[in-house]
Amino acid sequence: MATGLRDQAVKSAEPVPRADSGTLFAIELHAAEGYSSRLADVVRAAARELGIASSFRVAASRGFLIAGLESASQAEAAARELLAEPIVQRIVVREVREREGRRNPAVDPVVWHVLPRPGVTDPEAESALATMHLSGFPATAVRTFRRYEFAGLPAEALQTLRQRALLNESIERLVEGELAADSLAIGSTWTFERVVVPLRSADDGRLMQISRDGTLSLTLPEMLAIQAHYRGLDRDPTGIELETIAQTWSEHCSHKTLGGRVVYDGPDGYRVFGNMLRETIFAATKTIREQLGADDWCVSVFKDNAGVVKFDERHHVTFKVETHNRPSAIEPYGGANTGLGGVIRDTLGTGLGAKPVCSTDVFCFAPPDLLHEELPPGVLHPRRIMQGVVAGVRDYGNRMGIPTVNGAICFDARYVGNPMVFCGNVGLLPAGCEHKQAQPDDLIVVLGGRTGRDGIHGATFSSVELHDESVTVSSGAVQIGNAITEKMVADVLLQARDRRHFNAVTDCGAGGFSSAVGEMGEAIGAEVWLDRAPLKYSGLTATEIWISEAQERMVLAVPEAAWGELENLCQSEGVEATVIGRFKAGGELVLKYGAEEAGRVGMEFLHQGRPPVVRYATFRLPEFREPDLAGIRVSHADLLLQILAHPNVASKHWVIRQYDHEVQGGSVVKPLVGNRSDGPSDAAVVRPVLDSERAIAVACGIQTLIGDLDPGAMAAAAIDEAIRNVVAVGADPDRIGILDNFCWGYTDRPATLGTLVRAALACHDSAVAMQTPFVSGKDSLNNEFSYTAADGQRRTISIPPTLLISALGQVPNAGCCVTMDFKAAGNRIYLLGRTGTALGGSHALLVCGQHGAGRPPQVNHVEARAIYRGLHCAIQAGLVASCHDCSEGGLAVALAEMAIAGDLGASVDVSRMVAIEGEAPGELERLFAESCSRLVCEVAPADAPIFESALTGTPFTMIGTVLAAPQLEMLGGQMVLVELAIDELQAAWRGTLDWS
Amino acid sequence: MARPDVLVLRAPGTNCDAETAFAFEQAGARCEALHVNTLLDAPALLGQFQILCLAGGFSHGDDLSAGQILAITLRHRLLDDLQAFRDRGGLILGICNGFQVLIKTGLLDNEDGQGVAATLTWNTNGRYTADWVRLAVEPDQRCVFLRDIEAIDLPFAHGEGRFVVRDQQTLSQLSAAGQLPVHYVEGQLAGNPNGSTRAIAGMCDRSGRVFGLMPHPERNIHLTHHPRWTRLSRDRKPDGRLIFENAVNWFAA
Repeated sequence: MATGLRDQAVKSAEPVPRADSGTLFAIELHAAEGYSSRLADVVRAAARELGIASSFRVAASRGFLIAGLESASQAEAAARELLAEPIVQRIVVREVREREGRRNPAVDPVVWHVLPRPGVTDPEAESALATMHLSGFPATAVRTFRRYEFAGLPAEALQTLRQRALLNESIERLVEGELAADSLAIGSTWTFERVVVPLRSADDGRLMQISRDGTLSLTLPEMLAIQAHYRGLDRDPTGIELETIAQTWSEHCSHKTLGGRVVYDGPDGYRVFGNMLRETIFAATKTIREQLGADDWCVSVFKDNAGVVKFDERHHVTFKVETHNRPSAIEPYGGANTGLGGVIRDTLGTGLGAKPVCSTDVFCFAPPDLLHEELPPGVLHPRRIMQGVVAGVRDYGNRMGIPTVNGAICFDARYVGNPMVFCGNVGLLPAGCEHKQAQPDDLIVVLGGRTGRDGIHGATFSSVELHDESVTVSSGAVQIGNAITEKMVADVLLQARDRRHFNAVTDCGAGGFSSAVGEMGEAIGAEVWLDRAPLKYSGLTATEIWISEAQERMVLAVPEAAWGELENLCQSEGVEATVIGRFKAGGELVLKYGAEEAGRVGMEFLHQGRPPVVRYATFRLPEFREPDLAGIRVSHADLLLQILAHPNVASKHWVIRQYDHEVQGGSVVKPLVGNRSDGPSDAAVVRPVLDSERAIAVACGIQTLIGDLDPGAMAAAAIDEAIRNVVAVGADPDRIGILDNFCWGYTDRPATLGTLVRAALACHDSAVAMQTPFVSGKDSLNNEFSYTAADGQRRTISIPPTLLISALGQVPNAGCCVTMDFKAAGNRIYLLGRTGTALGGSHALLVCGQHGAGRPPQVNHVEARAIYRGLHCAIQAGLVASCHDCSEGGLAVALAEMAIAGDLGASVDVSRMVAIEGEAPGELERLFAESCSRLVCEVAPADAPIFESALTGTPFTMIGTVLAAPQLEMLGGQMVLVELAIDELQAAWRGTLDWS
Repeated sequence: MARPDVLVLRAPGTNCDAETAFAFEQAGARCEALHVNTLLDAPALLGQFQILCLAGGFSHGDDLSAGQILAITLRHRLLDDLQAFRDRGGLILGICNGFQVLIKTGLLDNEDGQGVAATLTWNTNGRYTADWVRLAVEPDQRCVFLRDIEAIDLPFAHGEGRFVVRDQQTLSQLSAAGQLPVHYVEGQLAGNPNGSTRAIAGMCDRSGRVFGLMPHPERNIHLTHHPRWTRLSRDRKPDGRLIFENAVNWFAA
């Protein structure tokens, strides 16, 4: 690949062709007098965060580098008419000369330019070029840049800014001094060359070398199986064949570990699984569906890109949550951006195409106040990761017009090298569109974005451990999305679905065409014409085209007769659609480039030939440690304030307010609710069909702290939490579908895999007991980070076992939904569920520095189910004024949040709670224990008798009343345990993540 | 009563077209959502409609600046047709991105001999922000869409919603011409969320028939839309409907 720009400071190893001639012009857009530069504001904010003295001056501007314009005055005209904002911006045009300009970084002002690396998606440059063409300007190529001028900044501070804030070297490059350029053209020529890999003669060492050198991530048994297969064929594989097999067999695409054989030894017994996921997660769903019989409301589970369940007479809803962890570690914005873009394509690729209706995003980061000195080498600071991830989700979701309605953020130091980014999407699918099947002779059509080198080896890369040099070796796996391209694809895809233009659709995700075509043609066979795929720039090899994970592409199986109409539809909306092959009976995948055959693989070997992975799993409960409650010297009130201020609990308004949660017009319960819209809702509710009152509720459960004590208890608690959250707003507990996302460390280690199996077993039992089927799921393994510490020792950080449970509930009538803010003074406050003494995994112990001690809370499924069903009846009958889930921080935090949201106080007596049988919780436990299956309900006195009768047979107590005075008072009999003004609660809760 | 036909225009990246069409239909109009390419190919189609609505979203990704590319496209290819549509009595409503597009086409009478008199730019907080605001309508204004409205609560969701003018004199002129009919109420809900000059939330042309508004009326047409609906009476009319009903009823006589 050629680089367009170069200067002395950045050495380019590649040749730089001069594909276009003439002068380049740089158009800079500076803030006009009286207006501030957003870019400069960002630099100043970053400097403040990095502790750089604010005495320096910075000027910053965005700009466009343009080839093909005839004169500076023409460039000025283009800027004025098209590129610059009137009133607020002023234009500077520079002629860019070859190898000239200021080179000395020590001279004030220091001038820096930041440009996207060649080949990195630069949508704004593409738009600028198109717009100039429309307006008759003769531009031939455009690239965007950012220009910075610093004065009064020491060299050291400059370097800090460069490394930690100004740019991300994985996708951008810095040019010191003025721009000097040869050409903006990228691309090269490639002529077909059949690469044969001498595999048959290779010994074990050579086999592994081939796997490593090609970033194939294939294991020795897998390489041996491939070798045996080709010995049987009496030939060696071509490079592209080997790549196809590697992509299909990758952990990311085939889930070989969890779907493989596992021998488990744990306190729950000795088990041998033929397919671990099938025998735990899927089995639970199968059991529930059998029990439901004719009332089964699952439609399509664990076989499509998302799970599908019934919604109403005319529609189904789909749900999928994906992870995009590794790309987000390296380039948080692009990683999260393409993570959300990818899961939205899962929705579009479910059945014959579902319409994306809302998104959910859950993140795990290291604490945002981590000292820079404590950061391992090669990782970005968690605060920067968080800012980038939030911006990535924001820009993709908002632009596509899909409301981001639900989420959670958890903080733990062990996520420092491996942040977790979960992106979920709910879709609406017309009934009757749930099945698809490509037919022999259907055309293979690619719709949407063009293919480039982006994301090569994403599928195989995402299956390996990260290390401190990942940034330099893996930049090919990092991508930036273009939401508008995907929105355009969605627009035509859903129209084409309704016109029945295609027989099957899937998204181009991990593995690119190789996975999409391989999957769709699994039962048929296919011939692919790689040279026909539209490219972003020339020079891609056949293999690169085949495995590129370039974004925003969907693959369709189109009957020949429908192709003309589909092509017209796409053309009318400016979406590129191209025939790249044909499904062909015969069970072979044939890859052609022009007249040449690049490869030929049997579908059966591809999909069934992978040798089963056998893994060993052991689990032992960690040694029990009694918490030192007497050692907790802090008052109950201070403890409450500390928990409210902990980032896990603290208000996430800085994040939420950047997401559009109301687009599409179906918002019912928003992520922030209450008198001042500042209370944390338990779940979001959306009406996906605008002329219907039926709604969906989306929430999640994640209990990582409990996982350190017992991953089984964690799984049960997370499922309970996810269900409780959707029930709290009004969802029917008999219609909740759940998803699992297992994110774990290195599962080749039996002890690590053991914790996962332990969790999966508990998932099975909980789901069956709660009658909540799993409808889809995804895993991400080997989330570990290795680095060389300052003392020269090699260290590895493994993430804690992280299980995200996402719940999709259904609300019969949106108007019956309940929010968590206190509504009226004088109303009664009830606590549903039992409180116990287990403090293990609680935030009370966490903030007291005692995490790891104590027993984990357990779920009593029979009682939980009775509570949720009783509560649902009460909510349906309109008897519940407010309802809030008791989770992080226990009862005290739940009441504090209800008071903050309602601008009303409360007085409760915690001595009145119902205890778990045989347990005698003390004050600390009554206030802060995170016992499962508990909710706080507010009920008007007149409604109290019917409310109580709805909950007959379940454990509940009236614990107090709502007060007009803005004061939270928690008593233990006669003793005042907590007495705090709402303002104090609010300040503690809101302050931690109140970023500007 | 005459039932007007509404054209909801969509472009690459428009994403509020469906709910905006729904809001017009609820108000009694017939609605059709058309892709801008269809209209560019056959501008005469405009003749079939009485109301044109530019719906919200991120037309062309808001690349260059919000609404800019669609505005340039309309200026180059459709400006005469749009002016004729207005001059023969049609109503034009731009919501959020639609407002950004309208103001950059000049259809809001926001350009004069000295160039651009008023535009929309980045929020003062530098971020895309979503929340709810209370709007107050100026007394004696003559924007068709705001007739008989005093105050309404609406959600907003935008990054580039700050209304700026060239200078004080321009502001006075626009104000005197009745072109600045609605403003954010400071101290209520999210106040003036983007730092707009004089808290201005919307602008109309001199005829009062072309109107651009940053907040989203189509997102407050159902009882459960308001952020505090669980605290409010069920016996109320969601505010956003009034704007669509005003547009539809304009053609009632």
